[in-house]
Amino acid sequence: MSALPTSQAGETLCRRPLLHALPAQPGLVLAVLFIAVVAVATIWPGLIAGADPIAADPLQAQLPPSWQYWFGTDHLGRDVFSRVVHGARYSNLIGVSAVAFAATIGSVLGLLAGLARGLVDEIITRFLDVVSAFPDLLLALVLISFTGPGTTNLIFALGVAFVPRFARVVRAQTFVIARSGYVEQARTFGLSRTVLVMRHVLPHAVAQVPILATIGLGTAIIGAAGLSFLGMGPQPPAPEWGSMLAEGRNYLRVAWWIGVWPGLAITLTVIAISVVGRRWQAAFEGRRSA
Amino acid sequence: MESRQTSALSPAPALVASRPFKLRRNGLPVQIASRIGSGLLVLWAAVTLSFVSVHLAPGDIVSLLIGEQLRTPEIEAAIRAEWGLDEPVLWQYLRYLTRILHGDFGRSYLLQTDVSQLVLSQIVPTLKLTAAALFVAILFAVTSAVLTAGRRIPRSIAGALELTLVSTPSFWLGILLLYLFSFTLKLFPVSGDRSFSALVLPALALGLPLGAVVGQVLRQGLERALEEPFALTVRSWGTSGLVLRLRHGLRHAALPAVTLTGWLVGSLLSGAVITESVFGRPGLGRVTVEAVLGHDMPVVLAVAILSAFTYVMLSTLVDILYLLLDPRLRDEGREAAR
Repeated sequence: MSALPTSQAGETLCRRPLLHALPAQPGLVLAVLFIAVVAVATIWPGLIAGADPIAADPLQAQLPPSWQYWFGTDHLGRDVFSRVVHGARYSNLIGVSAVAFAATIGSVLGLLAGLARGLVDEIITRFLDVVSAFPDLLLALVLISFTGPGTTNLIFALGVAFVPRFARVVRAQTFVIARSGYVEQARTFGLSRTVLVMRHVLPHAVAQVPILATIGLGTAIIGAAGLSFLGMGPQPPAPEWGSMLAEGRNYLRVAWWIGVWPGLAITLTVIAISVVGRRWQAAFEGRRSA
Repeated sequence: MESRQTSALSPAPALVASRPFKLRRNGLPVQIASRIGSGLLVLWAAVTLSFVSVHLAPGDIVSLLIGEQLRTPEIEAAIRAEWGLDEPVLWQYLRYLTRILHGDFGRSYLLQTDVSQLVLSQIVPTLKLTAAALFVAILFAVTSAVLTAGRRIPRSIAGALELTLVSTPSFWLGILLLYLFSFTLKLFPVSGDRSFSALVLPALALGLPLGAVVGQVLRQGLERALEEPFALTVRSWGTSGLVLRLRHGLRHAALPAVTLTGWLVGSLLSGAVITESVFGRPGLGRVTVEAVLGHDMPVVLAVAILSAFTYVMLSTLVDILYLLLDPRLRDEGREAAR
């Protein structure tokens, strides 16, 4: 995931539109299409799967995949296909919200540190060091042990764990940009500090954040599913992918399908997001290949 | 230096990337001391953070520390005495620091046992799992990088495999392995930690996704090394390609991959928590999950501090190793790593 070097600050920023690269890359096209399907499932799951994801029918329990139940039914007789489709909402929204939280807080902290320098910079950098001394998921677990499990708490916990990776990049960029020639020149024009920061430093300092967010989203979705697998996320009967896998693990001997489809959904979603994120990053850095 | 910029995607060279002291042309011992000092500072801050969070958490401290245990006057008195809650906060803080320094993580009131003893008794299965997973990860990374670096078609196959593995949640990989090898083929036991064969599937589930990440970095480094003039020189001796890759190229490729150590440690510890649950293995991960669900704060904090300690210790060690291996970093490293 982290094989790609991020663009060096100060390098000429090449922003070829992502869309231009589409026709030459079938993998990218597939990834974008899959993300579109997942997005529909997230916003309007009823459009893809009509069956109620929560309705149990003990008479139809543990049926293997068939024409009627594409992905089979689980131990309570619920339609697994419908649960996987409706689960997109939980898993993806948790991931997106956590990354959005981390990107916002991280950008603010990074900008502050990069502009203020001195003591403020030192304090923020130290704080980030301390936060990242705890492994991501463990930090999230510690926070959840204070707040208790649940969707909002999971978003918060995961978001906090992801703050340093955004803050570090924004700080480094701010550092370079605030000292670059054009900002110096803008300063000689007598622009106020606010205008200088808002119009000339901020846009470039956070230019990379959407790319980092896209790449981080995959990690966040896996992390969210993992914590839900442990019972820290949305509580049953919510069809979250991670908690579905936890149920599926218990019925593996008799019904493999309960534990296979939700995992496939996570993996394909994350692959698609990574493909787009890497391609975007390559375009940003002016490279031809991802 | 390019490899150090990978930090954007993973928090890998966290400690490598920022140094507190403004040293540039100092001697090696001073630089090593500053790295150690920096690590200790982070650890102190981590312990302080855990103390502060206990005090800032909503609700009173006794009910926070007691977890799901019934609240009786005896237990309440025991907690008050242990944390010195009737004394000034500063005194409580010093007391907490001293306790942690002595390796005393207090008492779990939920489990009615000393936290340090509990952690010690569970650490061996977790170490076994993480060591085996690390072995799997490195084996996968080296094999994949050495066999495919610079070769167009194998490279894209390995790349696709690595992308898939990186995107696969380790717990789902574990479920698939369990279904295939334990339930269907009946080659490995389903759960527990009684034999070596019980370690194989968990190590694969935890190690393969990590190996895929390391493999990507290793391959990039190897490809860069194979383009260098020395590779041509070695080839001109009539050395076979594989020997060139293994003996000469890998050495250069390993250095960038080593920056991933911090990230790797963190991922192994995080991953162990989930992997232990999937495979029903005993260990720290399982203890942590139960502690989190039962609000057993003393245990949760102990595990958190312990993992921060492991992370900081290993990152600092790698940092120092870097200084010893690559003299160029001694005066330019600071600026370049920014």
